[in-house]
Amino acid sequence: MATNPLGIDLDAYQWGFRMPEHYVFKSRKGLSREVVEEISYLKGEPDWMRAFRLHSLEVFWKKPMPTWGPGLSDLDFDDIYYYIKPTERQVRSWDELPQEIKETYERLGIPEAERKFLAGVGAQYESEVVYHSLKEEWEKLGVIFVDTDTAVRQYPDLVREYFGTVVPPEDNKFAALNSAVWSGGSFIYVPAGVQVEVPLQAYFRINAENVGQFERTLIIVEPGGYVHYVEGCTAPIYTTDSLHSAVVEIIVKEGARCRYTTIQNWSKNVYNLVTKRAVAYQDATMEWIDGNLGSKITMKYPSVYLVEPGAKAEILSVAFAGAGQHQDPGGKVIHAAPYTQSSIVSKSISKDGGRAGYRGLVKVYKGAKGSKCAVRCDALILDDRSRSDTYPTMEIDEEDVQITHEATVSKVSDEQLFYLMSRGIREDEAMNMIVRGFIEPIAKELPLEYAVELNRLIALEMEGSVG
Amino acid sequence: MHDRTPDLLIRNLRAKVEELDREILKGVNLEVRKGEIHAIMGPNGSGKSTLANVLMGNPFYVITGGEVLYKGRDLLAMSPDERAREGLFIAFQYPVAIPGVNFASFLRTALSARRGYQNELIPVPEFQRILREKLDLLKLDPSIVTRYVNEGFSGGEKKRAEILQMAVLEPEMAILDETDSGLDIDAVRVVAENVNRLFEQAAGNLGIVLITHYSRILHYIRPHHVHVMLDGRIVISGGPELADELEQTGYEGLQAQFAEVAAATPGDQPVRRAGKVFWVAH
Repeated sequence: MATNPLGIDLDAYQWGFRMPEHYVFKSRKGLSREVVEEISYLKGEPDWMRAFRLHSLEVFWKKPMPTWGPGLSDLDFDDIYYYIKPTERQVRSWDELPQEIKETYERLGIPEAERKFLAGVGAQYESEVVYHSLKEEWEKLGVIFVDTDTAVRQYPDLVREYFGTVVPPEDNKFAALNSAVWSGGSFIYVPAGVQVEVPLQAYFRINAENVGQFERTLIIVEPGGYVHYVEGCTAPIYTTDSLHSAVVEIIVKEGARCRYTTIQNWSKNVYNLVTKRAVAYQDATMEWIDGNLGSKITMKYPSVYLVEPGAKAEILSVAFAGAGQHQDPGGKVIHAAPYTQSSIVSKSISKDGGRAGYRGLVKVYKGAKGSKCAVRCDALILDDRSRSDTYPTMEIDEEDVQITHEATVSKVSDEQLFYLMSRGIREDEAMNMIVRGFIEPIAKELPLEYAVELNRLIALEMEGSVG
Repeated sequence: MHDRTPDLLIRNLRAKVEELDREILKGVNLEVRKGEIHAIMGPNGSGKSTLANVLMGNPFYVITGGEVLYKGRDLLAMSPDERAREGLFIAFQYPVAIPGVNFASFLRTALSARRGYQNELIPVPEFQRILREKLDLLKLDPSIVTRYVNEGFSGGEKKRAEILQMAVLEPEMAILDETDSGLDIDAVRVVAENVNRLFEQAAGNLGIVLITHYSRILHYIRPHHVHVMLDGRIVISGGPELADELEQTGYEGLQAQFAEVAAATPGDQPVRRAGKVFWVAH
């Protein structure tokens, strides 16, 4: 009889197993109309989606590369597979994984079954079981939580109404790319007045499409609804793909609230270029909590368009850049209606020559009177080789507003280290404590297990930082 | 005088601030045993706080001479955390805030280190029992441990928090650096009572070096030995009555006495006179 770490008798849950998908497709490297048509065909998509993809491809070709931010010149669009059946993306065995990734899993104490899933060498059956029982709860409430490919098939009208309305392909080159070749991601629909108490986690919705290169997530919260979506997981995600370019679109209607939490830890060869945007209507609240640890380069500026009075935005971001990493996270808030409020808190840590910082835009349109905005960005630099860059842009066209901006750059102070060490705490642990304290304002907003894991990850990244 | 070896033995200790050439400690000698309370008194700038920080291993200071033996070991060769794990403690005059670090979890990490836990922490129930016991003993408001370390603490709260750490860590040798400074008279009494409780509870297993500018805390904590520090050296040692004399004559009076004795003494040697020792060095 098969058992698993949760002690659940798996034989009784046979429907929880995922049968291996036998057909395999791997598109050619590089991008062409044929590749995009093939993706759409293989997914059995309706014509409108195929047309959307092809249009987006044209936009992608026309759009220039961003001329600001981290250098992307090493990125070779011709050397990327734009669609791979997820089974193909998997490494075939545990032994093929890079040693560094294996060690990290072991030291994080992640159970083997889970490690294999994260590494792409297996599936995680116990999550399926947990997911199934939760799914019944959601369905009773009318909540839809499926991967976006499934949503296109099962809820075409709903998807078509909102898809690409918040982040159109014309927005930027990478949004266009995603729109052309997207695959996977989550689709969430919360009916009016429904409060989803348990955070929805992509982690539960384990199927092969879960962790993708070009995920597309769409969340709609009807008036008075609430949902907390947790994307990804904190354990390092190993991928052989070098480009992750996702699009997330969120619509938060009157009086509704949506919280979106991400802790991302891509392997350190990945370009992580993500467009995340939400529209908040009257008295609605949108909260982005965004943690970035892995990747080679991350460019990600979760944004909120406050389009009706009383709408609120909160953006919390934390980034950690080690050797060879450039984290360029930030946030963007557009105050386009009176009495709207926003708060942006950014914390970045850089070490071993890494670069981390904040790039932000706050725009207040004329007429958005009585609006309030507070921006705070703090950088902690752990050694002389590392750096922090802060680019806070503010465009304020209304006079009747309250705007505050605070920025600090600090080093771990010798005084703090000495204080902790004078209590018997070793230097490396003292350094960890100070760094954990630095990100505490964000960690405390995370679900507990994520906060714990974030701290463990940072402790791992911090190793060897004491000479 | 004593047949027991001192637990803390300071010989001709000299130190300076890294970027300055001027020495701040110019040859300090001191012997402290567990079960004793020593008061070191001196005016501002005499080097008292430097002595405390040097003993704890503050990297801001550079040792330029002398030696310190702690429990027979070379203290100056040990890192600050090692010193603490070996039972040395300092209550800082100006404890620094550590934003975002929860006081209780900091205390738990520190106690685990002190108790020799390797790569793990003292179990939560045991820690909570100890913490509750110490909070009760010191009559402290438990809410203090739910806050971030020293962040937004008032002057009095900082001092109480230092003594709480001392209570939890149960050191063998504690240096209290101006624990009375910046406190009103009632707060001084409360802190002093707490120090007395810890001293009594340790039943001979704790030595205290009390560094102070004013003699008022000595109305509540009765030291066995009093030392007067002037210009980077301990110049006069005596019993508790030396503090009373200091209160009468002030530092100037004692300085004059010392100058007189020094002038009459050829060479460097301790001179015993009127129940005091004058550490003459030219």
